Amino acid sequence: MSSSIESLISQEYQHGFVTDIESDTLPAGLSEDVVRAISARKNEPPFMLDWRLKAYRRWLSMKEPHWPNVTYGPIDYQAVSYYSAPKTKKPLGSLDEVDPELLATYEKLGIPLTEQKVLSGVAVDAIFDSVSVGTTMRTELAKHGIIFCSLGEAIREHADLVEKYLGSVVPYSDNFFAALNSAVFSDGSFVYVPKGVRCPVELSTYFRINSADTGQFERTLIIADEGAYVSYLEGCTAPKRSTHQLHAAVVELVALRGATVKYSTVQNWYAGDKEGNGGIYNFVTKRGKAAENSKISWTQVETGSAITWKYPSVILQGDNAVGEFYSVAVVNNKQQADTGTKMIHIGRNTKSTIVSKGISAGEGNNSYRGRVQVLPKAEGARNYTQCDSMLVGNRCGAHTFPYIEVGNNSAIVEHEASTSKIGEDQIFYLKARGLSAEQAVSMIVSGFCKEVFKELPMEFALEAQALLGITLEGSVG
Amino acid sequence: MSLLEITGLRANVGDKEILKGLDLTVDAGEIHAVMGPNGSGKSTLAQVLAGNPAYEVTGGTVRYGGKDLLEMQPEERAQSGMFLAFQYPVEIPGVSNAYFLRAAYNEMRKARGEDEVDPLEFADIMEQKLALVDMDPAMLQRSVNTGFSGGEKKRNEILQMAVLEPKLAILDETDSGLDIDALRIVADGVNALKRPDNATIVVTHYQRLLNYIVPDYVHVLANGRILKSGGKDLALELEEKGYDWLTGGSTAAVGAGAA
Repeated sequence: MSSSIESLISQEYQHGFVTDIESDTLPAGLSEDVVRAISARKNEPPFMLDWRLKAYRRWLSMKEPHWPNVTYGPIDYQAVSYYSAPKTKKPLGSLDEVDPELLATYEKLGIPLTEQKVLSGVAVDAIFDSVSVGTTMRTELAKHGIIFCSLGEAIREHADLVEKYLGSVVPYSDNFFAALNSAVFSDGSFVYVPKGVRCPVELSTYFRINSADTGQFERTLIIADEGAYVSYLEGCTAPKRSTHQLHAAVVELVALRGATVKYSTVQNWYAGDKEGNGGIYNFVTKRGKAAENSKISWTQVETGSAITWKYPSVILQGDNAVGEFYSVAVVNNKQQADTGTKMIHIGRNTKSTIVSKGISAGEGNNSYRGRVQVLPKAEGARNYTQCDSMLVGNRCGAHTFPYIEVGNNSAIVEHEASTSKIGEDQIFYLKARGLSAEQAVSMIVSGFCKEVFKELPMEFALEAQALLGITLEGSVG
Repeated sequence: MSLLEITGLRANVGDKEILKGLDLTVDAGEIHAVMGPNGSGKSTLAQVLAGNPAYEVTGGTVRYGGKDLLEMQPEERAQSGMFLAFQYPVEIPGVSNAYFLRAAYNEMRKARGEDEVDPLEFADIMEQKLALVDMDPAMLQRSVNTGFSGGEKKRNEILQMAVLEPKLAILDETDSGLDIDALRIVADGVNALKRPDNATIVVTHYQRLLNYIVPDYVHVLANGRILKSGGKDLALELEEKGYDWLTGGSTAAVGAGAA
């Protein structure tokens, strides 16, 4: 193990990634008592417990959805532990504690433990298993009136904002996994940017699942008040485990009049091994509500997880609202992804742009699923969708499920799609210029994803590019 | 020691034997022209030398700089100074020419144990190289070969050659599809890169290119073998008489005895 890795790992703890947080894991199983126990452990006000219980009761009446184009065995919801906080002062900085293969991955990336790199110019909230373990730069942000803290803390300290907006975009009854999340979510990030304030730094949450047999149910709520601007980054990793782990998160974005919210994700949960053992089930609901003249932009790079099931969406409620979705989804080995977006045009002259790049390698299966809906009153609505798939090898699959519903004659909706296969001729051409097969694939794929990468903040773009290379390693000759 | 020594080279595409015992020796400082009718195996020779996995070598040996070339991966061959200017340069959408060229340039440097250059240093290097092939710097920002005209693609190959400064350059039908101005630019570039320590193999169907790139040796390739070798005058003779006088009336009819 290189000493630079070691120093970076130990550095992590200088920034307080593991702090004095209550150490405790609830036994496996889900019941009203578990929901009450979670709420009690977090000292939540009564409104929160009521909301959780309503969600739980609703969840009991719902069925797990099976319309996505993915297959997996039954999930035993009673075998999952719904709350786990890191063991206090456990010396996670020691290298023995960290999966060596994970470290090797970071070493290859050249960005050992990403949050370290991000920490320099970015405020970070770190979620370790179910609990926020530290938020940086809070005093600096407070000068601007910006609230950036764990959701748990926001529920206690800013109950009015949470009560007003939590569930306002993704109601607890929205879908099976959102209901489950609403009942048992343990933490997540909370952001509030006041009227007219441009958040001076990137805000970032770094999610990490560590314990075995726990689910992670974080919930993020971002509110940009009128005319505000915020750019938010989310990164995720998990160690290798031989069993599947459930991750059912909810993200709600609220962009009030004239506000801009930019949300970027680099998702690198553990994907399982080559035979498809282990890996994270990433079943996530992400949605934003855009008021008049506001803009919500999602950018995601999905390289990890055994199964990804998510559709970051925008409800374009106000006139002239803008929604964007830029996505790169990569599957290799036995990974499955069913991802895309929904753009719901309600206001007049609302605009949406969708750029989706799906890359399938190994025996991976990648589906784009998108819905563009123009409601009758959305005079002058416009959508542009570009949906490109790239195949690496001949055992993988790419699928596209676009749904377009137009209820207003003045709307203009464009959809372009393409499927290409990474060419032996392209790889040979690059090899004939001295590049290795892996460099060649990485270069071709990066070129394919260029339109999405340019939407990412600089450091994330580099990380995303490196991740692509690693995800696709061994996918060619 | 010769730079390149090909002995009895045999190669297949699929089940079909294309090269049938080819011999060719190239020394540093030389320009060789390999000419021949369509289907004679010219491009196969170029691809086999560059290591294209679509071609299967079934016999013979190739020594390059004293090493067994056939044991080397395509990228190792490139890193050892071999360069193939492709007949059909490949498009890499979304990857800028500048990024691609710098990556390739840095691989060569790494192979020689030198430090990589950063984008700013590389921009200085590119300035001179662009002039050599009369290329607009804007081309560097475009995706590799994507949407390039036939002539632009060929010029881009010569630009890469100028940047990578190969020991052995193989130009595969670089003249095809070029108008006379582009042909002259390409040829001037090749001539400017000629040094006592490098060599060029020009693979072509027509004599035309050899008006601008004057070869030291001309070889006629037909039916997978070198039928005849000579000086630059041989190219003119071919231009005048065609290939038939060498191949016995019909290239398809050339048998083993014709050699």
